[in-house]
Formats: sequence, C-alpha cells, structure tokens
Amino acid sequence: MKADGGTLTALAGNFALMSLLAVGGGNAAVPEMHRLAVDVMGWMTDRQFTEMFAIAQVTPGPNVIIVTLIGYHVAGLLGAVITTAAMCGPTCLFAFYFARVWDRFKDRHWRMDIQTAVVPLSIGLIAASAFVVARAADYNFAAFAVTAATAAIVYLTKVNPLWLFAVAGAMGLLGFL
Amino acid sequence: MSASQPPSLSDVPASPFKPTLFDLFRTFALISLYGFGGVLAWSRRMIVEVRGWMRPEEFNEAYALCQFLPGPNVVNLSVVFGSRIRGPLGALAALFGLLGPPMLIVILIGVLYAHYGEVASLQRALAGMAAAAAGLVIGTVGKMAQPLFRDGLSPAPFVALATFLGVGVMRWPLLWVLAAVLPLSIALTYWVRR
Repeated sequence: MKADGGTLTALAGNFALMSLLAVGGGNAAVPEMHRLAVDVMGWMTDRQFTEMFAIAQVTPGPNVIIVTLIGYHVAGLLGAVITTAAMCGPTCLFAFYFARVWDRFKDRHWRMDIQTAVVPLSIGLIAASAFVVARAADYNFAAFAVTAATAAIVYLTKVNPLWLFAVAGAMGLLGFL
Repeated sequence: MSASQPPSLSDVPASPFKPTLFDLFRTFALISLYGFGGVLAWSRRMIVEVRGWMRPEEFNEAYALCQFLPGPNVVNLSVVFGSRIRGPLGALAALFGLLGPPMLIVILIGVLYAHYGEVASLQRALAGMAAAAAGLVIGTVGKMAQPLFRDGLSPAPFVALATFLGVGVMRWPLLWVLAAVLPLSIALTYWVRR
C-alpha cells in the first residue's frame, strides 16, 4: 500500500468527476470504476475488482461503499477516506443546491423531458455494470449458471438477495464452482 | 403558493415533530445498517412508516429527484431530506449517519481482505458471491427496464441499448458516452412528446 500524493490526487480527481457522471446511482458508475481501476490505472486485477463488488453488495449500507474498498486497496486508510469523500462530496453539494432550484420548475415540460430522458440512460449504465461484473465473475460454466439462476430469482421473486449470496458463497466454499 | 397545490419538497414534513440533528443521524445510521443489499426499501420504511417524517407521495417525489441527480441515490436522499428538515447541518447529520457506520465496517473488511484475500477457501466463497452479485444486478436491471417497453414504440429502449453498448461493451469513457447520448435522449423525448 503506497499512499503517495500522486495516487491520492488521482483517486480524488477521478472519483469526484465520476460522481457527477453517475446518473442512475452508485452502480451506474461501476463500469467506469472498473475501466479506471483495472484497465487504465492497473490498481487491481479483474478478479479483485469483482470480489470487491461482491463484498460491497453484502455489506450493510449503500452499494457505493465499494469506493471505500477501492480507496483502501489502492492507498490505505487515507485513500479510503479521500475516495469516499470524492465520490460523495461533489454530488452531495450538487443535490443540496439543485433540489431547491429544480423544485421551482416542477410543472415545466422541459423539466419533465429531462427527467424522462435520463431514465433509459441510467438503465443502460446499470446493464453495463451487470455485463462488466458478469464477464469477470463467470469464468466457468458453473459460475455462469449461478449468475443466471440468481438473475432469474431476483427478477421473478422478492427473495432477500442476502440468501442468494449465502447459498452462492457456500457453493463456492464447498468447491462446486 | 395556494393551499390546493400538491406538497412540494420545500413544504414542512408530514410529522408535527421536527427531528433533531441526532434523530437524523441515528435514523440514517439505522437505515444504513439494516440495508443489506439495497438501502432504498429501508429508507422508505424508516422515513415514511416508522418515523412518519414524510407522506408516501412526498417520499416518492423526493426519491424521483434523487434518482435523477447524479451520484449515489440514497446518499442524495439523505442530503435532500436532511437539509429540508434542518438545513446544511441536517444534511451533514443524515449523510454521516448513512455513510459513517458502513465505512467503518468496510474498512475493517478491507483490512481482513488485504491479509486473507489470497486464502484459497475465501477466494472460492468470494467467487461464488461475485457470480451471485452479477446475477443480482442483471435481475434488478430487468425489473427496471420493464416500464421502458410499456408505452409502445418509444426511443427509450434504444437509448438504453446505446448506453449499454458504449459503456459496457465498447468500454468507452463514461464522459464521452454521456456527452453524446444525453442530448440525443433529451431531443428524442422532446420530439416524441410533441
């Protein structure tokens, strides 16, 4: 773990920009996080990224907490704090000021158009994050089957996803995957 | 503003009791700690049903706004809601409640992961969980996409597909894809409405 100034600045700058581009929530930014951390910066392997994604999903709290794990992995405690602040700070300030302004235009057509136009974009981004994670996680047929089964159960039922994580984790532990 | 207008974000909350800063912190910390695998359901339950701080339609409106804003939705919700109740300090109290406890937990996990991440049995369990995590996102996005196909032929599915291909398959930088697709999507929405 190296916490030199250049790394911390890279974490802060990249995640601050990313937070403002993450239309559709924390998971919408996952493909960009992966591109940055694995492809561009080489901070971690594909497998490590996928594991951190899984850990963030089973940890209580918002899923965006994956950025804390990434920051810790790259630059220790300071990295964890800086990355989380960068991912949440700009967008929180934006939300704070924007909510008041936006409320004033609630009956305008252009406001409704913009809100409608953003929805399919966020869905496309979350689909991309599913694709990026699945491509790394499904390294063999058994893992692919677990992904497909989980997707079907989540889509068709209201089962708490934690049970699915527990079953899939146990299957992995026992060597079925 | 006349009395007949629907409630807006700047109105007073449904409850006659104004939550203190500590109430905000504690409630969002609880939301966060209960919220395994998604915090939205718990934030609605706590804010609307348990605390009675918002009416259901007020919550939907606030949440729709936070989904539209960039950044993590529930984080935005904590800021918008906290600031509505107690101004900037309220926003900070709700935000720290939401992020503080999971940050501590995940840093602890990060320490363990750094030490034991290469242990074979843990690797196998994590591999299984990662496969399930991918499935969870696929199933969720399937549910989210359903309304896109409801109103006949609309540009929405194509916009979603273009975004998916650009960011997920081509791996182009998010900034470029957004700069191209967002204006296009707004223009198409405007054109279809007319």
